[in-house]
Amino acid sequence: MPGRRSLFVLMALGFGFAFLYLPILAMIIYSFNASRLVTVWDAANSPTLAWYVELFQNAQIMESARLSFRIASLNATGAVILGTLAAFALERYRRFRGRALFGLLTTAPMVLPEVITGLSLLLLFVALQDVVPWLGGRGATTITIAHITFSMAYVIVVIQARLATVDRSLEEAAMDLGARPWKVFFVITLPLIMPAIASGWVLAFILSWDDLVITSFVSGPSSTTLPQLVFSKVRLGVSPDINALATILVLIVTVCVVVAGTYMVRLERRRARDAQAAFDPAS
Amino acid sequence: MNTVSAQRAASTTTAGGPYVRIDRLTKRFGDFVAVRQVSLEISRGEIFCLLGGSGCGKTTLLRMLAGFETPTEGAIFIDGVDVTQVPPYERPVNMMFQSYALFPHMTVAQNVAFGLQQDGTARAEIESRVREMLMLVKLEGYDKRKPHQLSGGQRQRVALARALVKRPKLLLLDEPLGALDKKLREHTQFELVNLQEKLGVTFVIVTHDQEEAMTLASRIGVMRSGEILQVGSPTDIYEYPNSRFVADFIGSVNLTEGTLVEDEPDHVRIDCPQFGGTVYVDHGVSSPPDATLSVAIRPEKIQLTRERPEQADNVLSGVVTGIAYLGDATRYLVRLPTGFMLRVTAPNMFRREERLAHDETVWLHWHASAAVVVTR
Ligand SMILES: Nc1ncnc2c1ncn2[C@@H]1O[C@H](COP(=O)(O)OP(=O)(O)O)[C@@H](O)[C@H]1O
Ligand SMILES: [Mg+2]
Repeated sequence: MPGRRSLFVLMALGFGFAFLYLPILAMIIYSFNASRLVTVWDAANSPTLAWYVELFQNAQIMESARLSFRIASLNATGAVILGTLAAFALERYRRFRGRALFGLLTTAPMVLPEVITGLSLLLLFVALQDVVPWLGGRGATTITIAHITFSMAYVIVVIQARLATVDRSLEEAAMDLGARPWKVFFVITLPLIMPAIASGWVLAFILSWDDLVITSFVSGPSSTTLPQLVFSKVRLGVSPDINALATILVLIVTVCVVVAGTYMVRLERRRARDAQAAFDPAS
Repeated sequence: MNTVSAQRAASTTTAGGPYVRIDRLTKRFGDFVAVRQVSLEISRGEIFCLLGGSGCGKTTLLRMLAGFETPTEGAIFIDGVDVTQVPPYERPVNMMFQSYALFPHMTVAQNVAFGLQQDGTARAEIESRVREMLMLVKLEGYDKRKPHQLSGGQRQRVALARALVKRPKLLLLDEPLGALDKKLREHTQFELVNLQEKLGVTFVIVTHDQEEAMTLASRIGVMRSGEILQVGSPTDIYEYPNSRFVADFIGSVNLTEGTLVEDEPDHVRIDCPQFGGTVYVDHGVSSPPDATLSVAIRPEKIQLTRERPEQADNVLSGVVTGIAYLGDATRYLVRLPTGFMLRVTAPNMFRREERLAHDETVWLHWHASAAVVVTR
């Protein structure tokens, strides 16, 4: 029986993976296709890197890529800073007034439909543009702000979960030894939640990097992010260079996830070992 | 176990007035009163033990001394200064945490140096004081290790070094030996006392282990549900408990209720129905007549014999129903004709002696000074 059962499991796994990754694999393969027609494989001249070369020579695409990268990095940094502060307030100051409401508000963007988040942000920016002039010309700034508001929710969840595992007596011990609260935060708490901050940063980066819906609401004519560009090109018909571009995007996300994953696992192991050792003196 | 405490008691009497004064301290969490109207005076250079069962408020009291909890009522004075509202990072007090709370991302040396760095001490001085401290707790050569590379006993010593390096006048220790195994604990108790003696720091130790309190303390404060019931030297607490609870909590005791039948300044006689007779005590009792009293007799103060003893008072007879041979002593459970079970401990003085057997009828007797009468 175990043989049959494991065969079934293997098949289920195989189908699952095929369902998830075959379309992406097809896309990657076709990105090396020499033919201008996406669905026709030109066996004579393929594989070729022609589309990739074209991609890097396309000023518009490179411009969008740079913009997307800048927004994603800025967003990730901003979301991590604000997210850490919010998580700290939620986790460490357990009983301030309106805590439940604050917790709900910060995580609401996770469950709110993107269209609504995007629309409400657009309305906000429009309403504010008389008061805060630099919000008027919608572009990179407004996109970054919008991305921070929704990716911060995810960062808070990640960091708060980690913060809950940091023993309060560590912070108290530091304070007892003469460190003021802000110093305790930077010297004790921050290093201990670093893995969560790193993974929160990567998460926020990826969320921003491939966001289309919210971006569309708050971007201006002068700022086209990579997902926006891909989308507009696809609407005019799929061209092979899109395959090449998408392949690169997939590659970037994969690298992010793999690097962050291994780094996290390593940090996590070390932290678990340290923490266990510090609190289980019997070992 | 009394040699150390005797030594402690001797050296404390020479120290000056109260160093720590706790004045009617109360701490409420919502409706729950964790610490109730506690007043205490602790002298310089003393080892004071807060002893009590789990959840009686020992840690809460200690945390108020450290500044982590703000008292609901009352005040704390250290060296004459009111520190009730002073934050922990400004108190001349350090604490050793029950979990040790070593910083997992720092080495042993960094852990110990942390407190000095907060004061902006010069680097060279930090180094020399850390080295000195590690030598004192016998951890030279471990300075580059991380906490997870140490054994339980070593971690305990790092925590101690870290708390002592700032030369606090008052060190608070929350169950300092609770996480160590029995052998190591006994060894460490003596090291702790030696260290305290060498540095002259005042210790306030929280423990639920009465043997530990007896070994370490110059004075013990016995706590129950947020209140201090009795404060005294280990001998006072053991020999002259002021309540049923203290008598029962410290060591083992036979407790029974009785009424005064003879009340003289130099002796009393108490009728104890559960003993089926009267108990003669060679000291007076200050209590209203007809009040219900409790008589407490320690198991080791009762003697067992096969022949009827000569004395007239404080003699009972019973049947042996339980025997536990412990090596140094044997514990007997003796059933009186009334059905009351009496605990008796007899030292094993001779290697070969004819020991009492199950179901044997024996005589019990004790000296007139053995019993303690408590009124609450
Ligand atoms: N922050 C708190 N909030 C509410 N109750 C608390 C808090 N800290 C302690 N308590 C309660 O106070 C009582 C005494 O706790 P504690 O001082 O830790 O006892 P001990 O150290 O003697 O075991 C316990 O019943 C505990 O549940
Ligand atoms: Mg406790």
